[in-house]
Amino acid sequence: MTSLDTDLSPAEPPRLVVFWRRYRRNRAALLGLAIFVLVVLMALTAGIVDPDDPLRRAGVPLTPPFTDWSTPLGTDQLGRDVLSGVFYGARISLLIGVVATLVAIAIGVVIGALAGYFGGWVDDVLMRVTEAFQTIPNFVLLLTLVAILGSKIEWITLAIGIVSWTAPARMVRAEFMSLRGREFVDAARNLGVSNTAIIFKEILPNALPPIVVYASVIMALSILLESALAFLALGDPNYASWGNMIGQGRAVLRSAPYCAVIPGIAIVLTVLSFSLLGEGLNDALNPRQKKQ
Amino acid sequence: MRFPFPPILIYALRRLLQAVPVVILIMIGTFLLLKLAPGDTVDALVGDMGGADADFIARLRAEYGLDQPVWVQLWRYMTKLATFDFGWSFVYEQPVSTVLMDRLGTTLLLMATSLSIAFTVGTALGAIAARRAYSATDNLISVLGLVFYATPSFFLSLMMMLLFSVKLGWLPVGGIKTIAGFYTGWDHVIDVAKHLIMPTAALSLIYLSFYLRLMRASVLEVADLDYVRTARAKGAGEMRLMIHHIMRNALLPVVTLLGLQFSTVLGGSVVVETIFTLPGLGQLAYQAVVQRDMNTLMGIIFLCALIVVVVNFLTDLLYARLDSRIELA
Repeated sequence: MTSLDTDLSPAEPPRLVVFWRRYRRNRAALLGLAIFVLVVLMALTAGIVDPDDPLRRAGVPLTPPFTDWSTPLGTDQLGRDVLSGVFYGARISLLIGVVATLVAIAIGVVIGALAGYFGGWVDDVLMRVTEAFQTIPNFVLLLTLVAILGSKIEWITLAIGIVSWTAPARMVRAEFMSLRGREFVDAARNLGVSNTAIIFKEILPNALPPIVVYASVIMALSILLESALAFLALGDPNYASWGNMIGQGRAVLRSAPYCAVIPGIAIVLTVLSFSLLGEGLNDALNPRQKKQ
Repeated sequence: MRFPFPPILIYALRRLLQAVPVVILIMIGTFLLLKLAPGDTVDALVGDMGGADADFIARLRAEYGLDQPVWVQLWRYMTKLATFDFGWSFVYEQPVSTVLMDRLGTTLLLMATSLSIAFTVGTALGAIAARRAYSATDNLISVLGLVFYATPSFFLSLMMMLLFSVKLGWLPVGGIKTIAGFYTGWDHVIDVAKHLIMPTAALSLIYLSFYLRLMRASVLEVADLDYVRTARAKGAGEMRLMIHHIMRNALLPVVTLLGLQFSTVLGGSVVVETIFTLPGLGQLAYQAVVQRDMNTLMGIIFLCALIVVVVNFLTDLLYARLDSRIELA
């Protein structure tokens, strides 16, 4: 065991260093990373900034921002603290974004891998299913799933994953189709490696980089889907969510526009940071692609 | 042997046949969703009547075929869908197909305006950005694209309402026309157009950013190809080069995206139509979810899927027309 460790450990840091060197070449991606870290910090420190329930009454309703230091960003029409709503909303957005992305990628990888690896009728059947899912407008399907499953946060996350897997499935399928004829796959097959092991241990690691890059897109889209649901008051009412804050802020748009503007800026910045992160990851993971 | 039909017709027919299994899968899918949903038609009916005795409920179930095996129910459901019979809406007290047809026009109008604006403005900005790659213009356009992409349509809608309706008072906050206006002729057209400006902008900006980014990348790629260099060597001006040589090939991936994205745009119309109280399919979908009107919801899913299939078919034809390398037969 120890000899194995000493063999492997020197190889690790340079890869990360190379990755970071390629990543930081893209200045916009650095900005994205900074905003992303900020949002993560907000999610982590939400409990410290406001240890109480963010949905409780914290002050006089409709206090404007920067007037009362107990509620720095003001309060909404029910007296809820906008600042703690934004912090707790970061938590929910990131949580739903990460879990829904994992669900979408897990489904997408399995379906795409099976279709791309086996081809033939398996591919035909799975691709027709994928097309059927792509044909139904995803937000309408999401609404339907939420109507059937209910508005609990677990179900919403699962439903977002279910409506977002088609694009990764197609990407994984394309990667598998191009990789399955390579020599290393033939070699593994001749050694008697099982199909499952070839798919997950041989081909999948080679197919991952574009999927990692695309994960940032799914994450951004998941956050947008969740906030749209919450805006329509179909989200989980027990959690503070940016979309829900904007939806409630709509009622006081005339008199207190900050109630909608502040969480809106939070969504824009978060989604923007994911787009920029994705571009940086693309530069770092697929360096040969698109070099002008 | 020579076919008596032009190849484009055979190509079209083949694409249509490929759509059949997808439509059948969607029929099965909506059936499964209906079965998953709590309560069935008879529950809704009985609830509508305010309750009934068990014997009567059992008789109703038999009458609606709900006591039959699932396969028989599925077959019946599919034959009904095939004739556009989506069942009865217990909320609107009308056949679902009637409710849907009332709403279809508004949604199609919104789709048409949003997509045309997103497509034309997006490709134009993308082409300009690519021709001046890495200049200040390019950076400005690219940053705008990123911000549009990151702004949720509902937030953008509210901000536009705040500026154009509340502060400036230029545009109406919602609806498709002025209720007590009773405009006719051109006044009516202008009235509807005024009501559509903000919803169209809200729906198109995010897709505009997609087309912009794709078009920029696509033009950059095509501009490096040998045939473009040849054309330039023969003395073609920049304008001619762009319009006659680069655009046509650079548009191909954008046209594909147009078809692929159509279902997403339809989904986005739910939020936009709800905010601007436009009486379209999207607003209907939201109301159906809130009122648990499952028949209407399934009807919307099926109708939307059909629209998407048709649009994809049309973009395939357009693609074949643009790219003469595609083998038609």
